[in-house]
Parts: sequence; structure tokens; C-alpha cells
Amino acid sequence: MENQFIFTLLILLLPLASFLFLGLAGHKLSHKAAGLVGTSVLGVVAVLSYYTAFQYFSMPRVDGVYQALVPINVTWLPLGELHFDMGILLDPISVVMLIVISTVSLMVHIYSFGYMHGERGFQRYYAFLSLFTMSMLGLVVATNIFQMYLFWELVGVSSYLLIGFFYTLKAAIAASKKAFIVTRFADMFFLIGILIYGFYAKTFSFDFVDAENARNIAGAAFILPTALFLMFVGGAGKSAMFPLHIWLPDAMEGPTPVSALIHAATMVVAGVYQVARMFPLWIQYAPDTLHVVAWVGAFTAFYAAAVACAQTDIKRVLAFSTISQIAFMMVALGVCTEMVTGHEHHGSLGYMASMFHLFTHAMFKATLFLCAGCLIHAVHSNDMSMMGGMRKYMPITHWTFLIACLAISGIPPFSGFFSKDEILSASFAYSPWMGWIMTGIAAMTAFYMFRLYYGIFWGTENKEHHEAHVPHECEWTMTFPLIFLTLITCVAGFIPFGKLVSADGMSYDFLAHFDWMLGAKSCAIALVSIALATYIYKGEKQPVAEKMKAAAPRLHQWAYKRFYLDEVYQYVTHQIIFKYISKPLAWFDRHIIDGFFNFLAWGTHELGFNIRGFQSGAIQKYAFIFFLGAIIILFIMIL
Amino acid sequence: MNFLSIFVLIPVLMLLGLWLVKGQKGIRSVMVVGSSCLLVLSVVLTILFLQERAAGNTAEMLFTASLDWITPLHIKYAVGVDGISVAMLLLSSIIVFTGTFVSWNMNKEYFLWFTLLSAGVFGFFITIDMFAMFMFYEVALIPMYLLIGVWGTGPKEYAAMKLTLMLMGGSAFLMCGIFGIFYGAGAQTMNILDIAHQANGAHAIALAQQHIWFPLTFAGFGVLGALFPFHTWSPDGHASAPTAVSMLHAGVLMKLGGYGCFRIAMFLMPQAAQDLGWIFLILTGISVVYGAFSACVQTDLKYINAYSSVSHCGLVLFGILMINQVAATGAVLQMLSHGLTTALFFALIGMIYGRTHTRDIREMTGLMRIMPFLSVCYVIAGLANLGLPGFSGFVAEMTIFVGSFAQADTFHRVLTIAACTSIVITAVYILRLVGKILYGVCTDEHHLKLSDATWEERLAVICLVAAIAGLGVAPFWISSMIDGGVAPIVNHITAYAADLSLNPFM
Repeated sequence: MENQFIFTLLILLLPLASFLFLGLAGHKLSHKAAGLVGTSVLGVVAVLSYYTAFQYFSMPRVDGVYQALVPINVTWLPLGELHFDMGILLDPISVVMLIVISTVSLMVHIYSFGYMHGERGFQRYYAFLSLFTMSMLGLVVATNIFQMYLFWELVGVSSYLLIGFFYTLKAAIAASKKAFIVTRFADMFFLIGILIYGFYAKTFSFDFVDAENARNIAGAAFILPTALFLMFVGGAGKSAMFPLHIWLPDAMEGPTPVSALIHAATMVVAGVYQVARMFPLWIQYAPDTLHVVAWVGAFTAFYAAAVACAQTDIKRVLAFSTISQIAFMMVALGVCTEMVTGHEHHGSLGYMASMFHLFTHAMFKATLFLCAGCLIHAVHSNDMSMMGGMRKYMPITHWTFLIACLAISGIPPFSGFFSKDEILSASFAYSPWMGWIMTGIAAMTAFYMFRLYYGIFWGTENKEHHEAHVPHECEWTMTFPLIFLTLITCVAGFIPFGKLVSADGMSYDFLAHFDWMLGAKSCAIALVSIALATYIYKGEKQPVAEKMKAAAPRLHQWAYKRFYLDEVYQYVTHQIIFKYISKPLAWFDRHIIDGFFNFLAWGTHELGFNIRGFQSGAIQKYAFIFFLGAIIILFIMIL
Repeated sequence: MNFLSIFVLIPVLMLLGLWLVKGQKGIRSVMVVGSSCLLVLSVVLTILFLQERAAGNTAEMLFTASLDWITPLHIKYAVGVDGISVAMLLLSSIIVFTGTFVSWNMNKEYFLWFTLLSAGVFGFFITIDMFAMFMFYEVALIPMYLLIGVWGTGPKEYAAMKLTLMLMGGSAFLMCGIFGIFYGAGAQTMNILDIAHQANGAHAIALAQQHIWFPLTFAGFGVLGALFPFHTWSPDGHASAPTAVSMLHAGVLMKLGGYGCFRIAMFLMPQAAQDLGWIFLILTGISVVYGAFSACVQTDLKYINAYSSVSHCGLVLFGILMINQVAATGAVLQMLSHGLTTALFFALIGMIYGRTHTRDIREMTGLMRIMPFLSVCYVIAGLANLGLPGFSGFVAEMTIFVGSFAQADTFHRVLTIAACTSIVITAVYILRLVGKILYGVCTDEHHLKLSDATWEERLAVICLVAAIAGLGVAPFWISSMIDGGVAPIVNHITAYAADLSLNPFM
């Protein structure tokens, strides 16, 4: 059974080969050739992923569960009793992730043909995309937590390289640096978590079922909450949970297709994926800590939604919306209370909901970002004030953007409605408080998304700007991915997701359990929010919005400045770490420690200089000292 | 004649050849032929060694030979290699080979000293007689003075004098330690293996004596391994040294320190190593974090790298002092990794300095557009240095951390976690540097006209990058080879009971 999946190795090796080829020989190729190499490799990878998924899910279930398969697993680095393995693990969530990653990546590869057309370093761009895709795929199919960490670092560096793609721009350099260092800081906790886990549980493997592993893990039960929480901190860094989210909005300095791929659909959900991966341990050994995760998620979702309401840069709005939506997935995992599916009280619904939302969100958020890319391509600016009334000029972008907006707001029949509703169900099952908070945030989502939508496509047109340069719809390489992803968004809600993925692997027919009352309620609330946004932002003049700004200037300013968190970080890193740790340490090193050795050298030199008088060569002096010495000795002897 | 001696013979023949030939071409051909022979030889040695091990030869040292040298003093010329020395020989030959290409335009006298230095290094790694080791150690140190003093830059006389005096101070400690071990163990032999295995139940060297000689020997080698607070020669010395000398010094010579600490200080005085190791463990813990923080605010490229070396070499000693097979294996991997990475760094810094005539990061920007090859390699070196998977640093650091974590008491845990923070601080200074000098737009008229790497520079850089990536992608074979060398030493140390009461933090 496992041998038939050995081909999945190609899913990793092909993008790697493409990266090496484009990285080493890319500059000798034309732009078109380089793009074609990257895209066609990704095409093959996507086909292989779909084929894997098809094969995997058409396997017969054993005891009602899809078996986890390990087609390949080799020891990469022996570490005494432990070992660092590299391999491929196929189970429902990794297979779903393969589909998500390869689909979005392929669309971004195609889209970039148009978006990056004529850019300097086009080949390098495709090389980095391949590197990223390889790393991300390696991350999701990891057979053990250390392999996940390895690829985790690799996606981090791909993200660094792609954010800093326009390396001549100051903002891009700063953003890439910030993204890397913040996530690296979080990764340190992840690493320590892995070290603790490895030491006490005596394994890095994800095979929690294996009898020996299970026994060892049970023996480590006392430390597991700590280890898992430390790993979660790493996940929070990548998945931009408060207060480690600060890198994500800045990461928007990268090319827009990169934002769609890395900073919306794939890399940023790695943290969610990690928690889902370790879920059996969370639920069994650290349920209380898991609820902490839920509350961190809930706060992040609220914070990001609040900030998103005040931003004017369209990519920033989408970035904060991404943070908020990922937090939804985190909440969904966090509110779980049991492994067994199918109960009336939905204790494990969140797991499935989280993965489902991950899937649907990847598609509609990628659509939104790619639409934003089209808009930026058309008006050469990220700022909403440069847009307005764009629906006339760019019909395809307009319609796809609108559908994606409806999906993220949770309007049926689009996919977001179904996945978000599962999350709300799970939250209500956990506690009504959580349920209502998340419903409120969902309403905020609908509001800021439609604020964005009206700001771009309706509202006041920036005639001055548009006259100089009439915006027009983009070429097919850019519109095709939009349409494709939008189609998925339209139908994805009807995928019987619970049959494929659930906490304990048992088939779960969620439509049978669907809480239609709740669905209607949340849908109604979303519609009210949209109506409110329409009332405020649709018109040419926006008196209500102005009034709101004027009524609470402080609040608006704070939200616009993202509650000054970046300034706090800036202060800590520059003022405290650089000024009060590094600088004094460097001074101490040069002046105290080095000074001591210089003093030794100086002292020796001075001493030599002073006592050399004794070796003057003058016979009288020697005789004098001789007598002096003799007299002293005589005295000592007499006394 | 034992074939290990060829490692010393080749440099001697190179010296002869350099003395005889005339003209730059002749010098270059002697150097290229000689260093290639060394490289091939070390690869052959590795293969032979692995074959021998695969064939089931489990002796602690392979290819041993012993020759009486100064009989009344029981000094022998004894050679032999285990997994650790094979790895070190491989590293040295790569650095000497690439160093040759990096110093392509240097004159005859420079190469004479350079070759003598490498003779000392190779000699050090093949011998297992303490006295011979010490002699080769000194052979490697003296040329450094001249190489920096004559061919260096900046305040070179000061730097050369400082480096030499501090290292000589270290050797003074070391000599005391070595003679202490010799007499403590009964004044019968200088052979490391013989001393270690002389024990009949109790160890050959009395505990009280171990407590005196261990700190002396460890600190003596520690000076060379940039142990805090004896590291201050490193920034000045590296900053003034010519490129290839920096490479050889940071890449190989600093490894002599770690190697000696492990092979002589800890192996021969196992009880003291366990009793008093904590003092040095704290110092190395400080080195790791302190070096990294200090590197954050430096403005000279070489100073940044020198402090980074303090941090990374600290990790070497840190791993060794954990007295744990995995951590010690990681430490040796870190020696390899740091040797290659830092050599690459110094090579690139030298090449950049040779063009821009400045090493001040505030005076350079946007080099990526001007010298893409060098800049891309610089980014690679930086990423390797901050422990990116796929490069050697990741493998070494992870092995050290996993090993260190097996020491479950609070004292070791706290230090391990402190050491883990270095991975973040390293990222800070590396990215700061890359962002400042490589990215951005160059506005300097003079810099805009500069050219990219020449073929010999490219060759050197590519060799190093390939070695770093090779180690990072396929670490298992070299890791298990080193593990085989580390195991007997660690087992020997832990065979003796430790007196934990000497550590106030336990």
C-alpha cells in the first residue's frame, strides 16, 4: 500500500530541482523560459498532488479511518538514542494541504507571468517561488516534528527572500529583516519545545499510535503542556498571532502574488497546521493549555479586525484580515474538548472546522490578494484613495473580488459561509461567550471587507489619477487564476469535508449536524454589517464615515497606527537591546577585557624598562649593589 | 613510513619547491599542486578510514605508528587518526586549498610562511603524542606573527604582537599542563592513548593533580578556541590579518583549541573534567551570547565576523563540556561547520575589501548590483552562519542542542536555553549586515565601477559553498564517522564518578 505512494517523493524533488536549476542557470535563460520552467514543474506537482489525493481518499478505510501512510522515512541525522528522520507522511490533513499548496502555488506561478512581467530578477523570483513551494510541501508531509522545524526554517527564509525581492527599496529590506527576525524569535521557542519533547517523549515522530511511542509520551505527560505551548509560540510567530503578528503587515512590501501565496494562503497557516498535527497530544495531555490557544486566537481575531477597519492601504487591510482569519482557525482548534466525532455536543467539531476554513480561506484570500495585485498593476498604487469606481474599468477583478468578499463575510452559498459557520458552532459548543465574541468578529469582518470593496470599486473616483493613466483589465495570465480560484470558492462549501478530515478520522457528515438556526443568525448579522458598510461607504461622498472619524479621532488614529505596537517593538529592539545591551557589551569588551590585557602588556613593558637600570654594565654600580646585598644578608644572619 | 606522515611531508616538499622556483607562475603551481595533493590525500584518507571501520576495525585510533624521538624523555613521534581527526584533516585541507586561491597574488615569502603554518596544523591533527602535538602547535603559531605583522592591514604590528603574545601565554599554561600530565601519569609516556588507558581501576593521574592540570590545559587551549575572557586577540588579529591567514586562522587554527581541549584536557583528566567543567561551561555560555551581542553593534566586517566566531567557537567548547556523546559529536560538527563558514566569510570579506578598500559597513551599500556573485555568496554565507537548514550550521547546532538537553539538571538546562538564544541574535547581526551592504542602491562613484569575482576567487568560494551545503544536506555519514571517534572519549570520561559537590549551581 505504501509503495504505491513512493512517487510522492517527486512532489518534493521536482520543485527542488527547479529551484536549483533556476537559481544556478536561471540568469542564462530568458524571462519567458524561466517562468515556463517554474510553472510547468509546478503544474506537474499539482497533478501529482491531485493524483495523490484521489488515490489516498479512494483507499478503503480501516476501522472507519483513513490510514496514515509513510511511503518513505529515512534517518537523516542520528542523534544518539534519538534520530532526525526525513520522510513523507500521508494522512487526511497532509493530503488536503498538498492540494491547497499546489493549487495556490500553481495559480500564483501563472499569475506572476503577467504581474512580474519585465521585472529585473524574474528568474530569481521563480527560483524563490520553487524553493518556497518545496519547503512548504516538505513541511506538511513531515513525519516528525524536527523535520517540520527544518522545513519551517526553510519557508521562513523563502519568505525573507521574497519579501525582500525588491532589494533596492528600503521598506522591503526592513520588512524582510523584520519578518525573519520576529519569526526566528518565535522559532527559538519552537526549538526549545522540540528539545523538551524529544528528551522526555524519546521521539520526534508524529506516530502517536505506535505502542512504544505512546508509552513514552504518556511518561512525559507532566511536561507536555509546556512543550506543546512552546511549540505553539513558534506557530504563533509564523501564523501571526498577537503579539507576534507585527511582521505580517510589513511583509506586504513583497510582490503581491507572493503575499497571496505565502502571506495569505500557505505559510501563515503553518502554525495552525502545527497545532492540528499535534492535536491528539493537545487534547489528551494539555486540554487547558489548548483553551489558552483559543483565547489568544480570539483576541488576535478581534484586534486584527479592529485595525483592518481603519487601514487605507488595500494590502494592509487584507493582511490584517488574514491575521484575523487565521486566528479563527486557531480558535476553532482551541475550543475542542475531545477527540471523538459525531457527538451531539460538537466537542471535536473545531478540528474539522479549522482545517476546512484553512482550505476555503486559502482559496478566497488568494483571490483577494491576486485581485489586489491586478488593481495595483492597473493604478500603480496600494492606496485606496488612488482607486474608487474601479468597477467600470476592471469587470473581472470586480466580480471575483465581490464573490471573495461575500465568501469571507460568510454569505451562502460561498465556501466561507460553511467553514465559518462550523467554527461558530464549535465556539458556541465550547462557551456561549466565545461563540458571541466570534460572531461579533465575523460581523466586523463583513464590515471591513465591504468597506474595502466599496472603497475600491465604488465611492469617489480619483479622476485626476485615472485620467493620466486609464486603468484597464489585466491580461489573461492574471485573470485566469482569479476566475479559477473564484470557481473553487463557489463550490468548495459543498465538499463533504467532514468525510475526509475529522479529529479522530471517522467520517462525519456535518450537513446532517448543521445548525441551520445558527447559520441563519450569522448570515443575517453579516448581511446587516454589509448593509451598514454599504450605507457608509458606497456613495461618492461619505458623510457618515467622516463623522465617525471626527467623533472618535483618537480611536481612529490608534487603529490606523495599529495601536502603536510597532513603535513598542522598535523601542525594545533599538533602544533597549542595541543601546543598553549590545553597545555596553561591546564597550566592555574593548575597554575592560581588552584593556586588561593591554594593561598586562604595558605593565610588563614598563617593568622591563624600569629594572633594566640594574643591568647598566657599570662595574661600580654592580659593586655597590653587591655590598648592599651582602650587608643586608649579614644583618639578617645576625638578627 | 606511515602514510599519515605524508600530510606533513607534502608541506615540507612544498616549502622546498617554493624555495627553488622563480616567478609568480612557479609559486602558484607549487601551491596549487601541493594543496591539491593534500586535498586528495585527505579524501583518500577519509575513504580508507571509513572502509577500515566498515570492515570492522574498532580500534580507537587507526593507522597508528610510533617512532622513538627523544628516548630519555619518552617522547615519540606517534601518529594515528580517529573520526575526529579525519574530519579535521579534511577541513584543514579544504581551507588550505581554497586559501591558496584566495591569496593568488601574494609573494614567495608569504607562501613560505603560509605553508609552514599548514604543516603545523596537519602535524597537530595526526599526532597522538602530547609533546609532538605541542611542537606542531607552536609551529603553527609562529608564522602567524609574521604573516599578520608583514602582510596585514591597519594596526598590523600591534595586532600581530597581541595575538602572538596572548596565544603564547596560552601555550605557557599548556606546557605546564602537559608536563603536569606527563609526570602525574608516572613519567613513562607522552602518548595520549597510553596515558588514558594506563589506569588500573583508579585513573593514572591523581585527582588532586588533575584538579591543577585540567584548568591549565583547558584554558591554554581555550585561548586559541576564543574562550571568554581570553578571546580579545580574535577581533584585532582577524581584522589585521591578510585574507587567507584569517581563513586559516579562524577556519582551522581556532579548531586546534577545541580539539586539544577535548583530546588532551578532558580525555586525560576525566574526573577533573567532570568536577571542574562547570567553570568553563559558564564561560562558554557567556562566549556564545556575549559574542553574538557584541557582533550586533560592530561596524567593521571583520570585527563582526570575529565576534561571531567567538560566539560559534563558544558553542564548540560548550558542546564538548556537556560530556555527552551527542553534544560532543555536535561540537566536532560545529568545528567543521564554523571552519568552513567563517573561512568563506573571511574570503568574501577579503575580496570585497580588495575592491572597495573599506570594511566599514556604513560606507558600502547596494553591492548586490555591482558584484552579484560575491554578494549572493555573501548571503549564502550569512544564511549558513545563522544556521539555515541545508547548510552545515543547522546540523551542528541541532546536534549540540539535542545533546545538551540530555543533561537534565537545571544548571545545564539554563545554559542550554541561553545558548539557544544565540540563534536569534545571530540572525539579527547577519541580516543587519546583509541589508546594509548588499541591498539598497549604490551611490558611490568609485564603487559603481568595481568588478565581480575573478575565476580563482570563484573557485575558492564555490569549493567552500559546496562543502558547506554538502555537509548540510547529507550529514549522516560524517556525523556517524565523528560519533565513532567521540564515543570512546566520552565513555572514558563518564566511566569515572564525578564529584558534583564542587559545582555550587547543582
